[in-house]
Amino acid sequence: MGGGCVVGWAVGMAAAALLSGCVTINIYFPAAAAEKAADKIIDEVWRTQKPPTSPPGDTAPAAPASKP
Amino acid sequence: MSVSKLSRILGFIAFLMAALVPQFAAAQANLEINTPAINGIRNSMQARYPQMEPLFASGAVGLTRDGMVAMRDANAVPLNQRAAVNALIAQENQDRGALYREIARANGHPEWEGDIRSTFAQRWIARAQPGWWYQDAGGGWKKK
Repeated sequence: MGGGCVVGWAVGMAAAALLSGCVTINIYFPAAAAEKAADKIIDEVWRTQKPPTSPPGDTAPAAPASKP
Repeated sequence: MSVSKLSRILGFIAFLMAALVPQFAAAQANLEINTPAINGIRNSMQARYPQMEPLFASGAVGLTRDGMVAMRDANAVPLNQRAAVNALIAQENQDRGALYREIARANGHPEWEGDIRSTFAQRWIARAQPGWWYQDAGGGWKKK
């Protein structure tokens, strides 16, 4: 009986430790997601991502102008 | 206690962990940054950037290690413009503080504000243009 109690107690402690570990991980700061979010906002504020339509718009009028 | 009882308990623990792991994965995927409050702050910062850019480029203003901006070299700004530049810095910092607070709040974890601030601090510096000034970990100014 005494041995059973000890095993039960040990299992209970292990379960508590595992579950509290899960909860801790669950609310842990998501560093990678935060970095992604920061990069997206910084791109928009600093306009570091060039609009994809701009390079063709710049080159298209220049080419016909030099022809004649 | 029998072995079967022990394995039942362990099985239950495994089940609970399996149930919790997808939540963890979902929480990791993305942060919510598309709220009216965050968009408003972002637009305000975007509108201010044309005025900030020459100040970063001249070295008058630098990026601080705590995710803000600060006057680094007041001599790079003509005397009659210093008050205006200081006001611009104050407005930018007000927006930055509100941005970090709002992102933490929008994701249901106001206590993340400090972590979000330090993430932004690193990313502003990492994405700064060559020639801009930033504070290193010790607080000293460095040129990118």
